[in-house]
Amino acid sequence: MSSAAIAETNTGISNAKLGIWSFLSSEIMLFGGLISAYIILRSGSAHMVMPPRSMMGIPLATFNTFALITSSVTMVLALAAIQEGNIPRFKRWILCTIGGGLIFLCVKAYEYQHKWAEGITISSNLFGSFYYTLTGLHVIHVIGGLILMTYILVAGSRGHFTPDSHDRVECAGLYWHFVDLVWVILFPILYLL
Amino acid sequence: MTDAHGHAGAHAHGHGEPQGFIWKYVFSVDHKVIGIQYLITSFLFLLVGFAMMLLMRWQLAIPTPGDDFDPEKLGMMRGLLNWLFPESMPFGFMDPVFYNQLGAMHGTIMIFLGIVPLGVAAFGNFVMPLQIGAPDMAFPRLNMMSYWIYLVGGIVLLSSFLAPGGAPQSGWTSYAPLSIVAPPGQTFWLVGMLIVITSSLFGAINFIVTTLNMRAKGLTLGRLPVFCWAQLVTAVLLLLAFPVLEAGAILQLLDRVADTSFYIPKDMIYGATVFPRAGGGSPILWQHLFWFLAHPEVYVLLLPAMGIVAEIIATNTRKPLFGYKEMVGSLIVIGVLSFVVWAHHMFLSGMRTSLATLFVTTTMTISIPSVAVLTCLLLSLRGGMIRFNTPMLFALAFLPMFGIGGLTGLPLGFAPTDLHLHDTYYVIGHFHYVVAPGSLVALLGGTYYWYPKMFGRLMNERLGKIHFWMTVIPMNFVFFPMLIQGMFGMQRRLATPTEQWHNLPVQGWSMMIGIAAAVLFVGQLPFLWNFFWSLKHGEIAGENPWNATTLEWACPSPPPHGNFAKEPEVFRGPYEYSVPGHKTDYWPQDEAA
Repeated sequence: MSSAAIAETNTGISNAKLGIWSFLSSEIMLFGGLISAYIILRSGSAHMVMPPRSMMGIPLATFNTFALITSSVTMVLALAAIQEGNIPRFKRWILCTIGGGLIFLCVKAYEYQHKWAEGITISSNLFGSFYYTLTGLHVIHVIGGLILMTYILVAGSRGHFTPDSHDRVECAGLYWHFVDLVWVILFPILYLL
Repeated sequence: MTDAHGHAGAHAHGHGEPQGFIWKYVFSVDHKVIGIQYLITSFLFLLVGFAMMLLMRWQLAIPTPGDDFDPEKLGMMRGLLNWLFPESMPFGFMDPVFYNQLGAMHGTIMIFLGIVPLGVAAFGNFVMPLQIGAPDMAFPRLNMMSYWIYLVGGIVLLSSFLAPGGAPQSGWTSYAPLSIVAPPGQTFWLVGMLIVITSSLFGAINFIVTTLNMRAKGLTLGRLPVFCWAQLVTAVLLLLAFPVLEAGAILQLLDRVADTSFYIPKDMIYGATVFPRAGGGSPILWQHLFWFLAHPEVYVLLLPAMGIVAEIIATNTRKPLFGYKEMVGSLIVIGVLSFVVWAHHMFLSGMRTSLATLFVTTTMTISIPSVAVLTCLLLSLRGGMIRFNTPMLFALAFLPMFGIGGLTGLPLGFAPTDLHLHDTYYVIGHFHYVVAPGSLVALLGGTYYWYPKMFGRLMNERLGKIHFWMTVIPMNFVFFPMLIQGMFGMQRRLATPTEQWHNLPVQGWSMMIGIAAAVLFVGQLPFLWNFFWSLKHGEIAGENPWNATTLEWACPSPPPHGNFAKEPEVFRGPYEYSVPGHKTDYWPQDEAA
């Protein structure tokens, strides 16, 4: 971000960053609404039957959690690289972030296929409905994040970001961490508890 | 034709004004053009919603054919309706399903496509950046997208009439499981709502960032006009409440298209058989998710109106507002509390009394800041040199009208009285007093007040005053009888209330309501004429026709692209009227001492 742009705003926070924080707060309400619906029916409905743990594939989902958290770490490293103006390192770490997201999606696709075959479908029972709705909405967010990362990679390669001006990298990073955080909440409430 | 204009503007302000009609007036990123686009579109939607209401009131005035009814001699109106809607209004009597469709669509259109876009998006977009001395919104392209997404959402919602089985018919509240088993029109409603929600989300982000980040030098939050404060609180409500309806709508959409059962209980009987779903969901869950949005939504309808009234009253009493800080504080408290009152819409859902008590308490609490705002506005009149121009008349009418709307809400906020009143016309009367004679009247006042800034010419005063009386008087004849009918127990949502014996004693009022509604429609014609006639023939307004103090009056009318020739600087609070010792009775915010 350029220091000139910041001096112009009243809060000292750039428009883009204030915008992305507002957007994320509404996203919290979106996932918050869905997750509380899940929690309410989980504790209140007599017909919310949980599938046996063996069917959930916890080891694979743990690996997936690890992949997504790693991609968050590489995102932080990419931001650090651009702050130092090291474009090749920045590109490398963004590629790693995209890689982490892609691994997550592939594993998720495998999981969906497996669960569907084993009889956990979106309409089979209430748990299945919530499982596919919550993780599906999250997957849409991951795909959106990957598109964003690709844009960041291309723009970065073309030299659009400098140590003084990289607001978009930071905003993309905030979004990516949020997507990561949502998964960190979904993983225990859907798989472990 | 517009190139010459555009060029001059671009040179004067260096903002690179777009060239050509399409980019200047259709796909414009200028907040003023977008504001006017919203203004015109939302007035059109209000007209559509009003027309639906007129059909319903026609039906309610004479619900069933009398003994002397002769299908050979229909008369002009019945003949016309029979010709227009041969299937849904044969002989001018309405099919109950069509009545349900109109009811659901009237509510949806008036709230989500009419009043909210008018109050928030139209006036917010046009006025707020001017009042804070900004050249435009923080994200102009996002702003443009917000309008076009809204328009698409509106068209999707309206096109549901073409779906097999017709428009949604489960009320604007779309209660499950009725809405799950409804014809495909309901899916249009859900998709349309998701689109409209996206639009308002973009708008809310834009408003928050613009207000917080782009104020002119010296314009601290404590010097921000009440209107901008109201818009800021409203934007936060939209930002945080709408996603919850989005969540609810996603679940309902999946219930309809993916055979899930979020809102469908186990072994639900539908059409004399068990509904083929896994079940286990809860219909009440939808009500919670819906009202978690829809109560803050009430304040989304109301707060911009309060802001507009505050501006008009300060300008036209020629004195500072009474209790600026208290008013701003109350607006913020209303915003916070509006998130914890939603279940007072659900006392009839069989909730525990202890839970009902909680929501009765929060509901009574939120009435305190609302009354505080109204009291401040009322006391602002005291000792003023009141100018009774058209915007001021509308602002003055807002006070008692909103007062009636608010006070009639108290019996609905108490669970014991609500049990009697909830499914009656009393509820209809109450919330219409808040939204129509309340918000809408204030928004009409705002139109007269800011029209000169938008188009550079004043609206005609005589026509404006005719419009005022032809609006406020019929509105009261429409909505007050509903309160009476409701207290007698007349049920709402019925196409033919005369079929229930207990509705008969007060059915007579419905004829009067129908006539008043028709008069109300006629009363809007002077406004339409005035709006278009004044574009060309109105009195030239100049920069500051009302001698007002806030920043929007410090730039030309209509403001050029980029608004201010040079960035304004603010030296004082927003309502410095009749300051002793000052040469004029108004002291603009940007005038150096």
